[in-house]
Amino acid sequence: MDSILLQLLNGLDKGAAYALIALGLTLVFGTLGIVNFAHGAIFMLGAFCAVTFDKLIGYSTKIRDVSITAFPAYKEEAYLKIWFGDTGETIIDYAVPLAIIASIPIMLFVGYAMERGLIRHFYKRPHADQILVTFGLAIVIQEIVKATFGANPIPLAAPEILSGSANIGHWFGLGDTIVYPWWRLVYLGFSSVVIFAVFGFLQFTTYGMVVRAGMRDRETVGLLGINIERRFTIVFAIATLVAGVAGVMYTPILPPDYHMGMEFLVLSFVVVVVGGMGSLGGAVLAGFLLGIVQSFASMNEVKNIIPGIDQIIIYLVAVVILLTLPRGLMGRAGVMED
Amino acid sequence: MKQRLFSDTSLLLVFSAVILLMPMWTAPLGAAYPDLLQQFAIYGIFAIGFNILFGLTGYLSFGHAAFLGVGSYAAVWSFKLFTMNAIPAVFFGVVFAGILALIIGYLSLRRSGIYFSILTLAFAQMSYNLAYSVLTPITNGETGLQLSINDPRWIDALYKVAGEGLPSTNLFGIKMSGYPGFYLCAVLLIVCFFISLRIFRSPFGLMLRGIKSNQNRMSYTGLNTRPYMLAAFVISGMFAGLAGSLLAVTDPLAGAERMQWTASGEVVLMTILGGVGTLIGPMLGAGLIKYFENIFSSFNSHMLHDAFSFLPDGLENLVVDFVGLFVGGGWQLTLGLLFVIVVIFLPGGIVEGFQRIGRAFRPRRNDDTPSPQNQQSE
Repeated sequence: MDSILLQLLNGLDKGAAYALIALGLTLVFGTLGIVNFAHGAIFMLGAFCAVTFDKLIGYSTKIRDVSITAFPAYKEEAYLKIWFGDTGETIIDYAVPLAIIASIPIMLFVGYAMERGLIRHFYKRPHADQILVTFGLAIVIQEIVKATFGANPIPLAAPEILSGSANIGHWFGLGDTIVYPWWRLVYLGFSSVVIFAVFGFLQFTTYGMVVRAGMRDRETVGLLGINIERRFTIVFAIATLVAGVAGVMYTPILPPDYHMGMEFLVLSFVVVVVGGMGSLGGAVLAGFLLGIVQSFASMNEVKNIIPGIDQIIIYLVAVVILLTLPRGLMGRAGVMED
Repeated sequence: MKQRLFSDTSLLLVFSAVILLMPMWTAPLGAAYPDLLQQFAIYGIFAIGFNILFGLTGYLSFGHAAFLGVGSYAAVWSFKLFTMNAIPAVFFGVVFAGILALIIGYLSLRRSGIYFSILTLAFAQMSYNLAYSVLTPITNGETGLQLSINDPRWIDALYKVAGEGLPSTNLFGIKMSGYPGFYLCAVLLIVCFFISLRIFRSPFGLMLRGIKSNQNRMSYTGLNTRPYMLAAFVISGMFAGLAGSLLAVTDPLAGAERMQWTASGEVVLMTILGGVGTLIGPMLGAGLIKYFENIFSSFNSHMLHDAFSFLPDGLENLVVDFVGLFVGGGWQLTLGLLFVIVVIFLPGGIVEGFQRIGRAFRPRRNDDTPSPQNQQSE
């Protein structure tokens, strides 16, 4: 029972990560009709935003260590701590959550620049061209990050207060055996907030309504005198932002390296397609579904019955779903079917 | 009907001559060593096969690496169990890849568009993950499948006494490493090119093109397109199996990473880079990517300093640092930029680049055939 609950949490957590990336991907698919292979690289870029932010605010200098009086000793001390004392230390401790704020303008700008500079020219080109150009872009981003930060993963710590584990079982009176890392719970909550925010934006604002109408039929919306392209550019920037902040928040879970995006990319494509092309709800649903299924398959009890199932379960589920439901879970007819 | 520059026969002859003379004309490019030439030929076969599916029918498979991997495993098992001769290895590689392609194709071709791509990707990733984990008795997991002294090699054992050490792969006594290996690959590449040429010109090929331009209309004419699609899928899977088995013939080991999605992605990129749906394009794309992978990655700062030694010292270091970003460990950056540039300026791949050059040198005719770009914007 305990392990089932724990795996459920694990699954939700993994699912949240998949869903966040898949959400951005499917937004871009749905609005611009672009197969964006650079989306994983943007996720990675977000993670490196956090790394840069962490480095910047942790910038330190050598000062005299006053606690040692016997001889002149020196120690590294961050400028922020020198200037602001304990407040500065707290800021450094909260580098990762604060990096989100810093990454918002950066990611929006990256998305805007990418769409206006490159993607815009590929609206009417075949999907093969889109794949090649975004893949090329992804490689370029990766290599630049590699040249700047090196090839090794760079670990970042979660704020100290969140670095331990939460005794979830104790909260619900289920005994003390169910413990779960705090930061993963935070990540789960954060993802839910972001997902709801994106849905709320699309569902309950006039802007979102126009975007949804444009997803259905961009020509008609254009004929109504609305500059749908500009709105789609902003949607692209939002999709970039979602992937970016997902990357920022993921850093304490997985130390970022330059090719982390590619690993996520393939899985998120599977998630998007299983969810059904052009369906945001489908992408989120499929993300959580695959995440949960995967964590249950990696339980020892399951592995003993069917060896190796944990390795293939995601793809197996994807195949079964795609063969039984022609357009994935909630796909729309005619989107990317030819 | 477009007039062709060459007739098919002369095209084939020119192609054969270019391939067989590769050791000579690649020498100034620094690529004339057998390992790399073998890779050119092998990945050329892989890309030509992929193009039969993708170029003709427009179905983008993201799982062709599975067939490459299966071809390799089958070939190495043939070396282990039967004989070190290359012919059975190639035969088994092609047959097993064909069987796998039949199964995967039968299931995946129920869907079209991106759903098809993801189905093939899922099957290939399943094969990859299984090869890594549960199928270790067959695939030897992470280490990869290798030859060993204790292999039975039943057929070889009938005819000759096992010598000292590991036997090497051969073709009736000719060792299949170095240039003989390249020539085997080259001959098979020419055969594959010929097959692909015949398919492109055949009614079957026309049928596949029809499916690409409008599958619904093909169905309305009362035609069941599935068998044709499946045939194209299996043929292209067998080409991949052939390429995989040749990888094993020239270097008898097989690893699971050959089946990973990055390998599938590579062949997609090769085909698009060269020119989708053209006869020669995939081969060019394969050659270019492999050339980058092997030559650009081997440059180091020492060689760069030599190359730019004519510059004044400060400038030399600056230039070397800058160029160093693009070669050596950073060769992928060049590749990525190349993808972006080619696809922006030459939507039809390298082949379109050649066509444009060709058009520029030919006298302009005053006919009003629409240029490819006009067609696209429709």
